[in-house]
Amino acid sequence: MSHLAKDMTPSVTWKDITPGCNIFEGGTSVTVETGDWRTMKPVIDWDKCKQCLLCAPVCPDMSIPVGADGKRGDFDYFFCKGCGICANACPFGAITMVKDEK
Amino acid sequence: MGIRERLSGNEAVAYAMKQINPDVMGAFPITPSTEIPQYFSTYVDNGEVDTEFIAVESEHSAMSTCIGAEAAGCRAISATSSCGLCYMTEMLYVAASDRLPITLAVSCRALSGPININNDHSDAMGVRDCGWLMLFAETNQEAYDNYLQAMRIGEAVSLPIMICQDGFITSHAIENIELVETEKVKEFVGEYKPQHFLLNKDEPMAVGAYATPVYYMEAKRQQAQAMMDAKEVIKKVGAEFAAMTGREYGLIEKYMMDDAEEAIIIIGSSAGTAKEAIQNLRAQGKKVGLIKIRSFRPFPAEDIAEALKNVKAFAAMDKDDSFNAHCGPIFAETAAALYAAGISAPKGINYIYGLGGRDVRVESIEHVFAELEKVAATGETGETYRYLDVRE
Amino acid sequence: MAYNLKENVMKEDRLAGGHRMCAGCGSPIAVRTVLRALNPEDHAVVCSATSCLEVSTFMYPYTAWKDSFIHNAFENAGATISGVETAYKAMKKRGKLDETWKFIAFGGDGGTYDIGFQSLSGAMERGHDMVYVCYDNEAYMNTGIQRSSSTPHFADTTTTPAGSVVPGKLQQKKNLTKIMVAHGVPYVAQTTFIGNFKDITEKAHKAIYTPGAAFLNVMAPCPRGWRYPSEKLMEVTKAAVETCVWPLYEVIEGKYILSYKPKEKKPVEEYLKMQGRFAHMFKPGNEWMIEQVQKEVDRNWEELLKLCEL
Repeated sequence: MSHLAKDMTPSVTWKDITPGCNIFEGGTSVTVETGDWRTMKPVIDWDKCKQCLLCAPVCPDMSIPVGADGKRGDFDYFFCKGCGICANACPFGAITMVKDEK
Repeated sequence: MGIRERLSGNEAVAYAMKQINPDVMGAFPITPSTEIPQYFSTYVDNGEVDTEFIAVESEHSAMSTCIGAEAAGCRAISATSSCGLCYMTEMLYVAASDRLPITLAVSCRALSGPININNDHSDAMGVRDCGWLMLFAETNQEAYDNYLQAMRIGEAVSLPIMICQDGFITSHAIENIELVETEKVKEFVGEYKPQHFLLNKDEPMAVGAYATPVYYMEAKRQQAQAMMDAKEVIKKVGAEFAAMTGREYGLIEKYMMDDAEEAIIIIGSSAGTAKEAIQNLRAQGKKVGLIKIRSFRPFPAEDIAEALKNVKAFAAMDKDDSFNAHCGPIFAETAAALYAAGISAPKGINYIYGLGGRDVRVESIEHVFAELEKVAATGETGETYRYLDVRE
Repeated sequence: MAYNLKENVMKEDRLAGGHRMCAGCGSPIAVRTVLRALNPEDHAVVCSATSCLEVSTFMYPYTAWKDSFIHNAFENAGATISGVETAYKAMKKRGKLDETWKFIAFGGDGGTYDIGFQSLSGAMERGHDMVYVCYDNEAYMNTGIQRSSSTPHFADTTTTPAGSVVPGKLQQKKNLTKIMVAHGVPYVAQTTFIGNFKDITEKAHKAIYTPGAAFLNVMAPCPRGWRYPSEKLMEVTKAAVETCVWPLYEVIEGKYILSYKPKEKKPVEEYLKMQGRFAHMFKPGNEWMIEQVQKEVDRNWEELLKLCEL
């Protein structure tokens, strides 16, 4: 009997559901796409970005990845909800919020 | 052979705790269970156990710390009574639904108001639907023996368990008792090895989910199954305990039931009084008997129906009231058990008795049997919802 | 070890994406920042009181917590994490584990200032080796913006609506940080999101690694409840600090230390005007409300400066 979160689908039976609705893994929310909540989307202008990283800690959705080289990468649009905090935190105007065309 | 001692019910339970040496106790004092954490913290402070004792600021926190500790991977215990049990109620549901086999000693006491420190079962019966296993003791010996079996039962079905005794009547009265040797206790109870626990560095665990309607009911159905499965577990553990001690335990105890025409169904210390009444009545040639419920949760519906099927009349004795203008919980569940089994011949009445420490005398029980004799003779129950020994 | 933003944000987050907090919510920012203050090699058990945070981060079967996590109820995060921490001590003593674990509880202001106050007080008094983090968004947001004892004076909430007779909440905000200090615990701090996150990160690290009970009060704005555009979060927290509405300070072994003193203390209007919950205070005839809040902020600030011996 699997106790993996991925198998706890809406069709899981009472016999197979994890006891107490407990989960025996960490971070299983990574399969949940919250990016589809977005109406506005942050876009970065790499020419303006100075890699100061002030945008990285302000994100509520862990959508600004910082690599092993200490540089930020592009937004993780799978999670980004488009709140715009990063755009306002950027001292160089490198991030603009644009209408998210889906 | 066991060790002969003279102990109060509270001390007997505390002694069982000491022999088991659980990992964590979180407790808050309340009469009449206060002595249990007192005795136990003395064991802790004198190094007789190496349990971590958390002297919390309320019963709510007592159960909350137990939930945290048990989920973390420990055996966690507590003790309480009355309003303390009420105050824990919300957490009792969580402990059961999280499937955490916590052990809680309850010295049963009336609920406010008016405030009253004496025994009845309003506290335990008030939390009867929280999802906990509930064993009741008639004597100090049974309180001790039930405690030794508690963790085996709870852990086998991943449900928390309450070990109930009657406040003051057994909790404070000193009786002869036979204790089991500590090595045997440790062997019988065994080590707690949960499959999943918070403090497992190799597997993170998340406890306490928000479950939408898609999942909630499946979780509850699974929990219900654990309670059903507990019936066999209680019998099995009881049989093993009997092999060790010679003292037998099942879901119910039948006393003089083989040919009984009138019977009472009762829980706790008053069963002892009732047995004396039955001996008196038997001496007069009356065919009377008793069913003592040891396991109220799970409710031994089949066993009770089977035991009652041939009686002419029975009285369910409730040491609390549901205030539903109808009956107490034991009557309700006994009647449902008979109905479910297709048994309709026995006539049943209900007595609310012993509230707030009202003395339950041999004559009180004899009066109940006299009433049952009338019911059996006439086939008429009259009013089924009755108060015993109340001034009119 | 000097704080370095780059090193800080290069650490792996211990809160995962896919949680369902509102866009722009301050609470997950507080959580991920506090968790990044853990030494990466240390294990942790995180507890959350019932709250927006809890229902959004562990909606079955999706947990956003990479560490072991326990939610129990609204009012008992303090007691619950106490139990877990005590279990750790018991297991360590009995040789059942030897690695290092840390214990962090999160609660909103409802679960901390109000319904969970007793449980928190008990945990602090007993001195468990744990951190309790309040993400303070100044109202019961999970149930729809009802007032709490943390809600500021005159704020418009759904149970203190700014009406024609009663102009919002009539009471001042409770000073929970000072109440926690009064427990005599070794570390208490008040912080929020400022600049490069040095203040909150250093305080979180100290709170986690100071042996004994620690309390961290983090102002974590709620764009919906406070009624400001979500992108303005950092402007709102900055204004709270620059007006001294939310001073940054820490109390180490009972000694108050001011973390930041604005060069020029800004008038409270600069903070209040950003938020819809205070909009009624700017209507003609209501100037007295702003004056009143200014007086209260001034008094609290002067008191704090005295405590810091400044």
